[in-house]
Amino acid sequence: MYLNQFLFLAAFLFCVGVYGVLARKNAVLVLMSIELILNAVNINLVAFGLFRESVAGQVFALFVIAVAAAEVGVGLAIVILIYRNRHSIDLTEVDMMKG
Amino acid sequence: MTPALSITATAILAVATKVDIAVFAACVVIVLCGAIGVVVSRNPVHAALFLVLTLFGMAVLFVAQEAHFLAAVQVIVYAGAIVVLFLFVIMLLGVDREENVMAEPLRGQRPLAFLLGAIALAEIFLLAQGTQWATGATQVAGPAGGPGSNVEKLARVIFTRYLLAFEVTSVLLVIAVVGAVVLARRYETTATESPAAAQVEEPQSPRSEAPLSAAPPPAAPDESHPDESHPDESQPAGEPDAAPSGAR
Repeated sequence: MYLNQFLFLAAFLFCVGVYGVLARKNAVLVLMSIELILNAVNINLVAFGLFRESVAGQVFALFVIAVAAAEVGVGLAIVILIYRNRHSIDLTEVDMMKG
Repeated sequence: MTPALSITATAILAVATKVDIAVFAACVVIVLCGAIGVVVSRNPVHAALFLVLTLFGMAVLFVAQEAHFLAAVQVIVYAGAIVVLFLFVIMLLGVDREENVMAEPLRGQRPLAFLLGAIALAEIFLLAQGTQWATGATQVAGPAGGPGSNVEKLARVIFTRYLLAFEVTSVLLVIAVVGAVVLARRYETTATESPAAAQVEEPQSPRSEAPLSAAPPPAAPDESHPDESHPDESQPAGEPDAAPSGAR
């Protein structure tokens, strides 16, 4: 088990998440892709924590999970609000602040 | 004696690393298939289920990295709470119909996104190949950070060194809960204040008057009961039913 295995996996997962954020127009799916990105960060944190023989990486991964839970709660509330106002969660239609 | 012992030790170690590599390969396949499924599936419900697949694969990876508590938290919080929240919102909004992938409002958004993701991946791989960092083997002697179970060490670190961050996380969760409630709640009282208030006050005024005066409420139901029974049962038998009620 080498460290770079996990780093490559995390890199690939991160890029898949970036693609999802950029390509999807469904707001819920964009939030799911953000979850993928946060999970890639978690893999990195745990792998580096194991590499340095420290438990701090797992602590930070735990905090990332907590922040992700908060982010999903607020994000889905915003999605519900957008759907209530516009009857659509297509992110390309949310252009009220476009200049 | 000692060469044989060392040979068996290396054999055991080799078997262990083979098992580790097999577990890692299986988890990589699961995680990446789930991730790609999340970003390419048309149905949001399928995307959520692929996300569950990814999260379970990552939980197994956490176990392989001796982060047992984190694996449990991953399954409980992510797969148990966050994905269920996603599914709740998907079902609540009724957007579980298939997304029309062909209708792209932005021209070339999808290829451009793929290009950007591929460029980021290529950059990371290039950086990893060019330098010699991040190629060390993980330690196999034991779990990280001395004796004790994973949960014990994690708790000791969280409640001593990272106590402030832990408390701030709790504050963050409270703020998130309050924010979600404030954002998602329906402002019917402010949006339609005068009709709602009028509707509320009109039924309340007879009810509020009734308990005030003790005598009229018994009288009012006696008068209202025949009035209610008349339209209900007047067609089959109006007078026979009205007569017993009047006798009582």
